[in-house]
Amino acid sequence: MLRRSLRLGGTLVGILFAVSLITFLLMNLAPGDAALAILGETATAESIATLRQRLGLDVPLLQRYLNWLGGVLTGDLGESFRANEPVLDAIVGRFPVTLQLLLGAQVVALALALPIGIYTAYRPRSLADKTALGVALAFVSTPPFLIGIILIYVFALQLGVLPATGYVPLGEDLVGNFLTMVLPIATLGLFEFPIYMRLLRSDMIQTLQQNFILLARAIGLPPWRILITHALRPSSLSLITVVGINMGRLIGGAVIVEVLFGLPGVGQLLVDGIYQREYLVVQGVVLFVGVFFVLINTLVDLLYSMLDPRVRVDSIRH
Amino acid sequence: MTVSVTKPPAHLAPIAARQWFGPLVYIPAAWLVVAIAATVFAGLLPLPDPFKQALLRTLQPPSAAHWLGTDSLGRDVFSRSIVGLRVSLIVGIGSVAFGLALGGALGLVSGYFRGLIDLWISAVMTVVLSFPPLVLAIAIMSYAQPSLVLVIVVLGILFVPAFARIARANTLSLVEREFVLAARAIGMRDGFILLREILPNLVAPLAAYSMLMVAVAIIGEAALSFLGLSVPPPQPTLGGMIAAERANLLDAPWSVFGPAGFLFLTILSLNIVGDQVQRRLDGREAAI
Repeated sequence: MLRRSLRLGGTLVGILFAVSLITFLLMNLAPGDAALAILGETATAESIATLRQRLGLDVPLLQRYLNWLGGVLTGDLGESFRANEPVLDAIVGRFPVTLQLLLGAQVVALALALPIGIYTAYRPRSLADKTALGVALAFVSTPPFLIGIILIYVFALQLGVLPATGYVPLGEDLVGNFLTMVLPIATLGLFEFPIYMRLLRSDMIQTLQQNFILLARAIGLPPWRILITHALRPSSLSLITVVGINMGRLIGGAVIVEVLFGLPGVGQLLVDGIYQREYLVVQGVVLFVGVFFVLINTLVDLLYSMLDPRVRVDSIRH
Repeated sequence: MTVSVTKPPAHLAPIAARQWFGPLVYIPAAWLVVAIAATVFAGLLPLPDPFKQALLRTLQPPSAAHWLGTDSLGRDVFSRSIVGLRVSLIVGIGSVAFGLALGGALGLVSGYFRGLIDLWISAVMTVVLSFPPLVLAIAIMSYAQPSLVLVIVVLGILFVPAFARIARANTLSLVEREFVLAARAIGMRDGFILLREILPNLVAPLAAYSMLMVAVAIIGEAALSFLGLSVPPPQPTLGGMIAAERANLLDAPWSVFGPAGFLFLTILSLNIVGDQVQRRLDGREAAI
């Protein structure tokens, strides 16, 4: 166990280091002068030189990386150029919005996928199964911003029951927050649920063919009990991995959804940073998101080995 | 009368898309053929000029002259959608081809030589996979000047790990087979074995997923162009058209749902037909 933890820790540090390097190189190997790009063609040589110094662009690449990494490790991602706000503060301040969106979307996706996936595995080829697969296919084929636009069109513009854009913080007004977050969370959840549903369905169909299910049926257990208490757990292993891996897909979707609904989250910060040429903000957000994603995946790996005894036994033997 | 609880039958095979859709699979295939033909020969079709503005005829509803109405600058939505779809298809096919070529080559080398090369290649893949794909694409696009080629390359890079994994896994098992051993025994060199013996056997497993990947790539391009990070204007893109006309959603829904329909039908068709291709070539159940 200790050896395994050490190995896992070593890999994790290696990957995080690589993530920081890639993030840095992305910005610093890009063609063109960042200072010139920020100030525009009309800037004087003097102001460009000052800005280059302020951005730390006047030292060699390796030293620049080490300076930046040193800052990152001590929680200093630099300052945003226009807002004069530390980049880390800007990210941390907006992260709760994104986190609420991501977690909400996962809950919605699983709340739809679990019952539908279980039922369609229990009654494959039924009308309900075919309908569910058709709906899933339609959602898989719709880009997230399009799902959002359709929801806005129906619920905000036609029915007028929910706001199309805007955000109320969770701490300020619980109902207001709920109303502004319903459509964004639904958008992302609907984008995600077909993948979970189809995966659970096909795994569950395989589980239901196994002998212990036959035994449970022979004993005379009711179907719902067989499905929920006996078949679900062994069928949900790959689902758990995919829920973790898909965090990356979901973060990408969250960027789009935040822009579409005007939510002040990390994705919005990233896109604003790009439009305003705030390179340090962009660099900070990309690093933050990369690290967050790596940590989530490591956590999922750990959870997976806790849930699946076979993986656990294997790791003891080796 | 009591209704007995019907129990799940003993052998439940997953439903094949063919059984579900039956002959209906020809409809999406036909859409793809028509879409590709229309985008290739867009210039020859008797359609209104997609770039011509008419500021007195903005946001007109669909009519005989403008099948999907006009946008906020009075341009024809239908012909703009076709030109936009061309970008989607070029990026979709181009980026998957890029990912397939590079990922396939890396996986082939990785699985054949193993050892240190394998370790390095898989380390690089791990790092690429350490970023949420769309965020990585957004980051790269934001630092460089957006262009068609860049969009293809950036989205293509995101497909490299998936294709590399398929190629590597297949190569690992192919290397153990007798015909490779025989090739070695008669003194064939590594490069020859890779190209003549192993590569032909990788075509089917790699091609199996490529059509489904094209659908994913088109969604990716749509997301980038929605954020204004794909091919720059005046070139119309479906995502860009939707983003630009979003404000007119209530007054002129056709200006948004026109390009959205093109996008949806194309991705849906690719998914349905791609699913068939994948089953025929790979035989295993798609994990989406």
